[in-house]
Amino acid sequence: MEALSILAQVAEPADFGPIGAGIGYGLAAIGPGIGIGYIVGKSVEAMARQPESAGMVRTTMFLGVAFTEAIALIGFVVAMLVQ
Amino acid sequence: MLALEFPPLNEILRWRDLFPTFNKVAMIAVAAALIGSLIFLIAARQDGSKAPKGIRNFAEMLVEFVENQIIMPAMGRSGMGWTPFLLTLFIFIYLCNLPGIVPVLYMPATARMAIPLFLAVVVWLVYVGVGLKHQGLGYFGHMIAPPGVPAALYPLIGPIEILSNLIIRPFSLAVRLFANMLAGHILLVTFSLLTEELVFEGDNIVFRILGVLPFVMLILMTVFEVLVGFLQAYIFTILAAVYIGSSAHPEH
Repeated sequence: MEALSILAQVAEPADFGPIGAGIGYGLAAIGPGIGIGYIVGKSVEAMARQPESAGMVRTTMFLGVAFTEAIALIGFVVAMLVQ
Repeated sequence: MLALEFPPLNEILRWRDLFPTFNKVAMIAVAAALIGSLIFLIAARQDGSKAPKGIRNFAEMLVEFVENQIIMPAMGRSGMGWTPFLLTLFIFIYLCNLPGIVPVLYMPATARMAIPLFLAVVVWLVYVGVGLKHQGLGYFGHMIAPPGVPAALYPLIGPIEILSNLIIRPFSLAVRLFANMLAGHILLVTFSLLTEELVFEGDNIVFRILGVLPFVMLILMTVFEVLVGFLQAYIFTILAAVYIGSSAHPEH
């Protein structure tokens, strides 16, 4: 019965809002994903080279991550608004 | 197959009003403010000449954390005067984030836009005020014509600087905190719904056994949320410190 009702819903005019929101968020997450990977990877490299400056590097890393992450989060909020 | 119905977003976020204009998110915010000030009021009553113990020890640890981990890297020694403001920000945001994982409450107060936006506007007012106090109208002059940039680039850099300093900064400050907490809240709701549907409503034994998986994930996400709540409070505070520091001492 439920399969039938699912099939029947397809016949109605489809609402692509959620799909668009999902694709939009996925696209918005690509760049920041790569960016955060770079930031954290380079920070780990720096910390391994100079463990005595680990505290400073960590603070700067969090700042960089925060700025990069904001873009992904704006994508998340826009996805919420669009659907 | 599964009668999994995700509640509409409003239902996850909107709690019934306790009385008009005072809902439970407001209650969490008020409780956070009260608990935060209570810790320091009790700590201040202890005799300061002896070695600190109990709650005073904890309060001193918090002050030291803010001074060493937030103000020193972001503003340097000259920013020590900002300790009370940044400490208040940090503790209030952290206590607002925490109910996201506290049973019964299960709602971070910062997952509604009102509180992050208000805090971001406060930070905005403070750093613009500090900029005007320390540099006068030159604060805006530095934005339109940043020193060290060739004059031909002013029409290009100026609008970008103004936009990023006056509009994008507070906006991203608010959205970062809000979206992080909202995303964590929705994740927790999703996994608890899945667990509930599979374990209690599952119509055969396979579903009931599979229901353990989202439950494990729920526990892991809860642990992750503890980290996120702390990290977001830290990031919000350190960004506020960086903004205030940069408008007090412009790079020449």
